[in-house]
Amino acid sequence: MSGSNYYDQFLQAVWHGESAHPLVASLLAQPAFAVYRNTVFKGCVDALAANYPAVLRLVGEEWFHGAALAYARAHAPDDACLIAYGRAFPDFLAGLDTARDLPYLPGVAALDRCWSESYLAADDPALDAAALHAALTQGQDVRLVPHAAARWRWEPAQPCYSIWDANRRPDGALAPELEWRGEGALLIRPDGQVRWQPANAGACRFLDACRAGMSVAEAAAAALAKEPELDVAAMLGGLVQAGAFTSFH
Amino acid sequence: MTAIPALPGAGLGLKPEHFDAALSCAAADLWFEVHPENYMMDGGPRLAWLDAVRSRHPLALHGVSLSLAGPDAPDPAHLRRLARLVERIEPMLVSEHLAWSRSGGSYFPDLLPAPRTGDTLRRLAANISLTQDALKRRIVLENPSHYLRMDIHEWSEPDFLRELVRRTGCGLLVDVNNVYVSAANLGMDAAAYLERLPAEAIEEIHLAGHSEDGNLPGLLIDSHDAAVAAPVWELYRGLVARIGARPTLIERDGRLPAFGELLAERGIAQDILAANELECVS
Repeated sequence: MSGSNYYDQFLQAVWHGESAHPLVASLLAQPAFAVYRNTVFKGCVDALAANYPAVLRLVGEEWFHGAALAYARAHAPDDACLIAYGRAFPDFLAGLDTARDLPYLPGVAALDRCWSESYLAADDPALDAAALHAALTQGQDVRLVPHAAARWRWEPAQPCYSIWDANRRPDGALAPELEWRGEGALLIRPDGQVRWQPANAGACRFLDACRAGMSVAEAAAAALAKEPELDVAAMLGGLVQAGAFTSFH
Repeated sequence: MTAIPALPGAGLGLKPEHFDAALSCAAADLWFEVHPENYMMDGGPRLAWLDAVRSRHPLALHGVSLSLAGPDAPDPAHLRRLARLVERIEPMLVSEHLAWSRSGGSYFPDLLPAPRTGDTLRRLAANISLTQDALKRRIVLENPSHYLRMDIHEWSEPDFLRELVRRTGCGLLVDVNNVYVSAANLGMDAAAYLERLPAEAIEEIHLAGHSEDGNLPGLLIDSHDAAVAAPVWELYRGLVARIGARPTLIERDGRLPAFGELLAERGIAQDILAANELECVS
């Protein structure tokens, strides 16, 4: 018996409950083999539940468990740090037939993912806002570098931010007058904790442009193209104050 | 009454739920253990939290995912992250398991069993050496819980562990609850198993609770969701009497009680260690 064969066959038995390999078949025949099958999948499902709490709250445990198990079967973790597991879960949800009646679910999942990424990101220093102000008032066109923990997302047709926000707060409830329209979100970590606030389409486009290396003038033009009535100075001031940037050059 | 000199006594597995209580706890010689996989991020509140605990208490790192007994060498990127964490918090001990959880780039969140053959021994020894080189320190290896009878084993587990120590210079982490659970499940003698472990290689002891499987009556699961059972305490007393005091950890992962309750359980181990130290001195 080659070593790798045992391992491959063991995983086959975990995944599919079958093995043609005599040794592994003898293990699988023991009722206790179920302990390994259960633990492996429970580890994946529990990690997804921890990483997608708003999705879990929206759909309930039973539905979530089914979707998470299907995801785990299709996407075994590629990293032992399960706090980052489930990168493709939002897209996976978008492709689920059973999620068709919940068109906002992938967008809500994407915001859960943004939260995890913000939480795990590096401790970038805060932007020197006074220096930026001085540079801009001197007419310099600088490039702003988004903070490692800043995440943003514009959802063009669904109020995903409102739905997500309500489902991330212990006592959160959706406003009864929720308007069915596009919404954006900005997640930042200004004081060591992940915070979030609504963001408009122009601000999200501005941040995209900054991340792509465009200057403030270029990014502002891109943001205005997206949202012509945007007050660029107010938007930029809001982003700086929120802690969306770490430096400029 | 009597502090254990020069050696950390009993510690606790650290859970985020107990952060504030752990940080402010003034118990003498208290140390904590964490899974490094939960702290391998670039930055953020969780790492800051670990730094804060580390500034007050010694920490040990207890890895669950290097897959040392697996078909592949440890993932180099994972090993680099572990080395970075080791450098950051300077743990008193770094431990891993005699188990596997990786294959072909995928990770399976469990401690899967490996046959104790010459082939596994060679790969495991190479993986331990590679890890020790990457971390620039000795690691300690934990005996796993067993649920399955595997006829292919060529080595007994104590002999296998002893040979790994000889080949790699690693130390041993003896999980007394795992020995108890395995003995119950496979029909072996737990005390005799412990007797055969090389005393000088044992650097840490784990204690935890277990439970009976809900679907399979009679099968004990290393569930870490209950207080340490009386027979496990008895085995622990016997082990410490034979090998002397060693840093001892109370693990609790499920049905988490209040911090004070865990601290009281840890006190039982601390008293056993202290009594043993006194015996050695007198």
